[in-house]
Amino acid sequence: MPTFSQVAVGDSIPAADFPITRLNLVQYCGASGDFNYIHWSESFANAVGLPGVISHGMFTMAEACRVVTDWIGDPGQLCEYSVRFTRPVAVPDDLVGTVLSVSGTVAEKLDDNRVKVDLTATCKGETVLGRAYAIVRLP
Amino acid sequence: MALNPDFVGRTYPPVGTYQVGREKIREFATAIGDSNPLFHDVDAASAAGYADVIAPPTFAFALAFQAMRTVVLDPQLGLDYSRVVHGEEKFVYSRPIGAGDELVVSSVIDNIRAAAGNDMITVRSDIATVTGEHVVTTYSLTVARGTA
Repeated sequence: MPTFSQVAVGDSIPAADFPITRLNLVQYCGASGDFNYIHWSESFANAVGLPGVISHGMFTMAEACRVVTDWIGDPGQLCEYSVRFTRPVAVPDDLVGTVLSVSGTVAEKLDDNRVKVDLTATCKGETVLGRAYAIVRLP
Repeated sequence: MALNPDFVGRTYPPVGTYQVGREKIREFATAIGDSNPLFHDVDAASAAGYADVIAPPTFAFALAFQAMRTVVLDPQLGLDYSRVVHGEEKFVYSRPIGAGDELVVSSVIDNIRAAAGNDMITVRSDIATVTGEHVVTTYSLTVARGTA
């Protein structure tokens, strides 16, 4: 785990890629209780003007969080986590799906050993989360 | 159809309690593909100072979501659920949710507005233990596309 004195504004935290397939969405429906048709029915998603079945925003948010919690080790040291869902993440029905790429940068050092990390999440080269940040407490 | 602005400030008291199960946490962590030992392994969680496995940070939304369904499906509010997508989400934590927690969710409609043809509603949900200890607050912006 990084310590507060070790990190500096501008530091990058380890980035990661997260594949997303239809199977992940179906599994997340069950685990989260969010069975909205747009996350599993292509015909419904198209009928309401979406580019096919899309990821739950919360699934995308859960994946993006992992770069932060993997960096600090103890997810219980997360103080705040916020995102805007700026672009739907379409997940094609081809057993390959898509890939979410997440990176993070230390944006600010706060009081009480807390650090603000700004996150960038892209899918096929386009940003899918806006104003995404996490505030963590470091030892 | 524009949403009923009279709903701003409306509160939704807890509907029952949520008993956080160890296997539910493991199921959720597995669904998001996260193998962090504190979500799965009681000994690892214990070594980190927790009474039992802790839940991934976004698990809190699953509780808030249940409470929010009461809000967004209220016919008097006028939200077209078929047009709904998630706009923004924020969590402010006092501590992680853990297995064995018995939690209650209290929700309030923080804001209702329309922009760019979309209806938008922000619901705040305070998640606390049955004994009143604050655990996490969620702020959820729901967008109904093209309904305003």
